[in-house]
Amino acid sequence: MSKEPIYLEKIQRSLVGRYRAERAFRGCGMLAVSLGLAAVLLVFVDIFIKGTGAFSATYIALDVTYEKDLLGIENLADQRQVNSGDWEALYKQALRRDFPDIRKRGERRKLYALVSSAAGYDIKDRLLANPGLLGSKETLWILADDDIDSYYKSWLDGNAYTARLTDGQIRVLDTLINTERMQLHFNANFLTRGDSREPEQAGIWGAVIGSFLTLMLTLVLSFPVGIAAAVYLEEFAPKNKVTDFIEVNINNLAAVPSIIFGLLGLAIFINLFQIPRSIPVVGGLVLAVMTLPTIIITSRAAIKSVPPSIREAALGMGASRNQMVLHHVLPLALPGMLTGAIIGMARALGETAPLLMIGMVAFIVDIPAGFMDPATVLPVQIFLWADSPERAFIEKTSAAIMVLLGFLVTMNISAVWLRKRLERRW
Amino acid sequence: MHANNLLLLLLAFAAAAFYVGRGRANHIAKLAGGSRQLHSLPDYHGHYTALCCGLPAVLLLILWIIFSGHVISAMVLDSLPAGQFLGDPGGRELLANKIANIAQGVLPKANQPAILVAAAEELNRLTQISRWSVTALASCVSLVGLIWARSRITPELQSRPRVEASIKYALFFCACVAVFTTFGIIFSVLFESLQFFQSVPVVDFIFGLEWSPQTAIRDDQVGSSGSFGAVPLFVGTLLVSAVAMVVAVPIGLMSAIFLGEYAHKSVRAYAKPALEVLAGIPTVVYGFFAALTVAPFLRDLGQGYGFSVSSESALAAGLVMGVMIIPFISSLSDDVITAVPQSLRDGSLAMGATHSETVIRVVIPAALPGIVAGIMLAISRAIGETMIVVMASGLAANMTFNPLDSVTTVTVQIVTLLTGDQEFDSPKTLAAFALGLVLFLITLILNIIALKVVKRFREQYE
Amino acid sequence: MNTSATFGVGTPSESDFRDTRDGDMSDIGLTKGHVTVGSVEIQAAKITARGVNIFYGDKQAIHDVNVDIGKNQVIAMIGPSGCGKSTFLRSLNRMNDTIDGCKIEGDIRIDGEDLYSPKLDVVELRARVGMVFQKPNPFPKSIYDNVAYGPKIHGLAETRADLDEMVEKSLRRAGLWDEVKDRLFQAGTGLSGGQQQRLCIARAIAVSPEVILMDEPCSALDPIATARIEELIEELSHNFTIAIVTHNMQQAARVSQRTAYFHLGRLIEVNPTEQVFTNPEHSLTESYITGRFG
Repeated sequence: MSKEPIYLEKIQRSLVGRYRAERAFRGCGMLAVSLGLAAVLLVFVDIFIKGTGAFSATYIALDVTYEKDLLGIENLADQRQVNSGDWEALYKQALRRDFPDIRKRGERRKLYALVSSAAGYDIKDRLLANPGLLGSKETLWILADDDIDSYYKSWLDGNAYTARLTDGQIRVLDTLINTERMQLHFNANFLTRGDSREPEQAGIWGAVIGSFLTLMLTLVLSFPVGIAAAVYLEEFAPKNKVTDFIEVNINNLAAVPSIIFGLLGLAIFINLFQIPRSIPVVGGLVLAVMTLPTIIITSRAAIKSVPPSIREAALGMGASRNQMVLHHVLPLALPGMLTGAIIGMARALGETAPLLMIGMVAFIVDIPAGFMDPATVLPVQIFLWADSPERAFIEKTSAAIMVLLGFLVTMNISAVWLRKRLERRW
Repeated sequence: MHANNLLLLLLAFAAAAFYVGRGRANHIAKLAGGSRQLHSLPDYHGHYTALCCGLPAVLLLILWIIFSGHVISAMVLDSLPAGQFLGDPGGRELLANKIANIAQGVLPKANQPAILVAAAEELNRLTQISRWSVTALASCVSLVGLIWARSRITPELQSRPRVEASIKYALFFCACVAVFTTFGIIFSVLFESLQFFQSVPVVDFIFGLEWSPQTAIRDDQVGSSGSFGAVPLFVGTLLVSAVAMVVAVPIGLMSAIFLGEYAHKSVRAYAKPALEVLAGIPTVVYGFFAALTVAPFLRDLGQGYGFSVSSESALAAGLVMGVMIIPFISSLSDDVITAVPQSLRDGSLAMGATHSETVIRVVIPAALPGIVAGIMLAISRAIGETMIVVMASGLAANMTFNPLDSVTTVTVQIVTLLTGDQEFDSPKTLAAFALGLVLFLITLILNIIALKVVKRFREQYE
Repeated sequence: MNTSATFGVGTPSESDFRDTRDGDMSDIGLTKGHVTVGSVEIQAAKITARGVNIFYGDKQAIHDVNVDIGKNQVIAMIGPSGCGKSTFLRSLNRMNDTIDGCKIEGDIRIDGEDLYSPKLDVVELRARVGMVFQKPNPFPKSIYDNVAYGPKIHGLAETRADLDEMVEKSLRRAGLWDEVKDRLFQAGTGLSGGQQQRLCIARAIAVSPEVILMDEPCSALDPIATARIEELIEELSHNFTIAIVTHNMQQAARVSQRTAYFHLGRLIEVNPTEQVFTNPEHSLTESYITGRFG
């Protein structure tokens, strides 16, 4: 009875279908991984395609004459004269000279609108830096308005975007393009300036500094406290209800939605402690509270990975528990803790929602100089720009995302590098 | 003296106290015949002295920082004749802010009522007094501590255990920060929510079918009452989360299975971290991607097939949220799948099961508790996710289960209600805290259950 | 596939073969080109192995093994730890396929069919050659589902009643029916160690295999449970061909008709069990059974 041929036949008959199911299952797995990887690629490529444009800006070549009469300035050293000078008149005059046919008031205004509203200040800076130019004439590359920027970039791609321009303006632009007086230059403004309502003048430097200040504070607050808490839980805590309660708290906090921490910041830090809104101090506090559980958890893992034999050796030498931790465990666990801190900081850097609650969403032009200055951070800046109706902000937003992702990639790679470099295998 | 400078000063005192204590201990040791005669090393006596000197003074300073502002501002307000502010607390707060702004010179004095300018000057005077008094007091406390500790240094003084005990307490305090945070969260959302429920009954909030929080600023405006029925928000949140889970669970689970059971080691080494990149992308980036790429794509796609897809559809937000959650599910599932003992796989393979039969009938059922817990954590994350829905889904509180429509979620409403310029005590802002309370409770329950299940699962196979 | 997990269970790890260098062999009476002594060939062989070499990566675990396994007979494989007996056993239903870097040379046939021919179907083979492992590994399912697993995946039962019957028959043959008939739908992991192992045997025989491989099936069990399993092996041997790897020489003597002695990856001697334990042909076998090493 050992051999039951009916069974064998049944098994053989079942094989085709089962192998088909096997292949289908495997195919599903491969499909799932491919979909996930495709999503990664799609996000990055989409952002990259949308954002690269923002690193260049459209400039128009104009023959500017620094006429004293036009400016209303006799002496450049006289601050009052400089401030009241009609700097915009210079490029307006240049535009009038280049396009003498445009006479009507409305059309003239449209003509002037081709140039960024910041152009006057740029000319002023240029002249103040070179006072000798007063009275002379030179060809200047002047920053174009964002609509012109959009038009020119889309024209270069062969699909000109004309929605926000009049026919007259387009004729002027085509003349400028044909006479090669319109060019893309590297957009230094984007990397060096603060926010602006005008897309062509908006930059991320203010947000970068804001992020830096906020993260500094987050790190200074959460790293020491996190390590101390981890050391306590791993090395000192007795096994009792209190310790269990603390652990449950930490594990839960790690999974609490970030926006709840925003509510905490609003109710406790701003309303109760009266810390002003929108400043890096309050942002840093909220992010520190938010990243603390992550740092505690990773630091505990790092401390756990130090083998008990080292602890026993130290205690056996007559070291106190404190000495054992300070001299032996902490130095060995430090690389792991640093890695955890970097990963925590990377997460804090990308965090947006809680900062909206505590007023870091304000429109701030000035670059913050300290922890008490109103500031915004990179992800919030991205959110603000993504909300702006101007088409030109789309590419600014994407470019800001590229910068943010650049920082995140750098941080994560350095964490991996640090782990590889310093990690000791037991 | 400014608080920061005072803190530095106190730290300097403590540092000096360390040297004083250590010097004293060395001196005593010399008299007694060498440092072996001391119970603790001279350094520990130094630390002990520094602690006695610095700790009470710093605690005093911290109390002062927390309370002095409130006390002084209350004193100034009480000194004002009654009637300057409307009796409600909001008016009082506004006035306090105004006076503070005048005092700091943010508001020019010239065009303010004289009584407020006087109050501002009073505020400045009191602040000065309070600063100098705390400086003097803290210095005294630290000096007394120093002298007291120095006088106690004898060969018998057990300063090492004391110093180590205080370090232990400090570490314990740091560990308790997490507990304080939890209490802080509960306190902040609960307190404001209770205030909210005084004006809007709990039942109306939880079971109400209409959400339009636009309360009028003036009483005579139309629709001044606003309605706070949160059901449409819950429905919207569930809808978006459901779409997200429909995307994330199969893809995440199948990825984990493929990478853990089928893929070659070298493929796994690259594909796993590449997938986890998805978890590292900030949510604001996903929001932008959803709003500017996915939503228009879906709308155009829908038009092509004759569907009307809202440009702020729940589908777009849910899809992108699902993509965000894929690595979350796949790494949690991967953990539990690899924790399933190889002996079970061997047992099944030795029966003549194919690989997929082994995975589906043995590995997955064995890992199921862990997988379910992972999915619960993922749901909790989807419910609490903010930026994607803020940027990609709408504000209209529609009661619908159609993912092609626009819905709003709990988190979107919290952000919307709290980011405008409004008074803090209006029902509108308080409603945000009530929503926060609901969100916190739901995610807390999901997390606690999930963490328990995961813990039990780990213990089972360890 | 996670290699560390694969190596963990019932499989000798690479380090066990580190001392398989040819240089050491002369010391213990083993020459390089050792030829197995005893009766390699028998009548009515179910499985024949000829010139089998097995490698884990660069390390050779099995050297040139030739042996026949007789139909409806019990063959015991004994030898010191790391001698390769488990590895050889696993090669008989191709369970070594699941281990990365494991390579097999030589010729193993079941009823004259080449086990390692590309035409052979592993699933079918494993349905014919079942296996019981060192540590009881019931699935985290009910007792019933554990036994019904094989019939279900192979589509052997047409109806629920068929399946019930198969489950009952297998449990009866494994001597477990009376103990579990009232709790068939409780978790198999809730049974005692010995019951779990008998459940695993019931699971293996539910698909009516022709051969059952047992990899130290009693090493995790107490003496009483071991005795039950040994009785069971004796009963099963009337219907099944059984190959059992064991550390326990008394067990080999009790349950088997033939015994194969492995040493450092080589098959030293195969003979009827009685002869191996009373009058071994090779000096190494004698040293082992008299307890000079092992």
